[in-house]
Amino acid sequence: MTAMALVGAPLVACKDPVETRREPASGAENRGLAAIERAGCGSCHEIPGLDWPSGRLGPSLEGFDDVGLIAGQLPNRPDILAAFVRDAPAVKEGSSMPSMPVSEDEAADIAAYLYGLDHD
Amino acid sequence: MIDTLWDWPPPVLDPAGPYSGKVTTLAWSLFGLGAFVTLVVIVALWIAIKGPGRWKAELGGERAIWLGGVAFPGIVLTALLVWGLTLTASLTEPIRGDEMRIRVTGEMWWFRVQYLDSSGAVVMEDANEIHIPVGQPVVLELESADVIHSFWVPHLSGKKDMIPGRRTFLRIEADRTGEFGGVCAEYCGRQHALMGFVAVAHEDGDFRDWYAQRTAGLARLGSGITMQNEPPTAATSRGSPRSAEERPIARPDAIPGEVSGRELFMQSGCAACHRVAGTEANGLAGPDLTHVGSRRTLGAGILPNNRGTLIGWIGDSQSLKPGNRMPSYDMLNADELEAIAIWLEQQK
Repeated sequence: MTAMALVGAPLVACKDPVETRREPASGAENRGLAAIERAGCGSCHEIPGLDWPSGRLGPSLEGFDDVGLIAGQLPNRPDILAAFVRDAPAVKEGSSMPSMPVSEDEAADIAAYLYGLDHD
Repeated sequence: MIDTLWDWPPPVLDPAGPYSGKVTTLAWSLFGLGAFVTLVVIVALWIAIKGPGRWKAELGGERAIWLGGVAFPGIVLTALLVWGLTLTASLTEPIRGDEMRIRVTGEMWWFRVQYLDSSGAVVMEDANEIHIPVGQPVVLELESADVIHSFWVPHLSGKKDMIPGRRTFLRIEADRTGEFGGVCAEYCGRQHALMGFVAVAHEDGDFRDWYAQRTAGLARLGSGITMQNEPPTAATSRGSPRSAEERPIARPDAIPGEVSGRELFMQSGCAACHRVAGTEANGLAGPDLTHVGSRRTLGAGILPNNRGTLIGWIGDSQSLKPGNRMPSYDMLNADELEAIAIWLEQQK
């Protein structure tokens, strides 16, 4: 989707896009970032590594490995995070985050990516 | 997923229809000619620096300047201009009788899309998504509501300016099915780079089904749109945009979230700018949301369309696309945003 927003750039030889703040380390993290872009998570969350969109409706996801509880309530474990990413209302009743159209594998990859985000 | 300019080969070199095929022919010819001229310049440079004295004298003589500096570019550029204009003339011909017509209006920063019947009356309105049948030329009537925009689906045709107060024409045709990315190709303000759309090419039968489904209940007219094998008749040219309100579409109700979402949409002022056929929402300033639930993208081709992005866009459109004309509805709480998003999802 970001690609659509930036179409045209390669043809007119613009500068390279601003370097993203972070390069995913593993294959799962790479797939996770791609899934985040595809699902549009950035329309509500600021997510390091994603230059745009950077919505402010939800919390910033920077430094997720340091977060104590997911959504202030759930233990911060990869399997719970993956389940939350996929279907937040089912994991935490009354969650203001809706369920998102990602597969279980994609949710696991997204969790892997979010865990790789630290403050440093 | 949607084909964009990031793909390789770039769509200008990967045409999906006859009109873009002409542009591709022109592009390759220009690349070839450019390479040839570059080669000639390199050879001339080599002669000027290292060549035998007699060649140098010849290159510096008056004859070489007249031939290489005046005659060659004059003849080649003139020939190229004439050939290029002839080749692409068919792209911008106005309407020939019974062709399918779609009016696309550039707005800051999205595309209003209106399907017209053979008399030019609006049958159905949509936004940021253009559906066409494969193997049939479609004439686009391009207009602008504010500044100069430019319409470009590189897979399907050349680009054409959308000029305020003036109607221009562009033909597109797809010879394969697919979803092709399109953009505004003329700088039009702050969010020019976030002004995109999708052109969807269907098999002919699928397109008819899609169109019939969209127009069912919308109006009392017949097919409303003119196909090549269905010449226009008096019966198909009776539509007008307002006739849609006369017979409201049956909208699903009694779905959880439906009532409050719909009420919130009306109460929050969304209806002042957006139209949803079959409801009291009748605003014309923003995109028509009658079928928003079935769109592929949100925010003019920039976000995937799902409940999460709908909530994000409604609640915070100004941080996603600063300066766009929709305010962020950040006074609504999460439940209210979700209720509106659920209702909009159902508008298909």
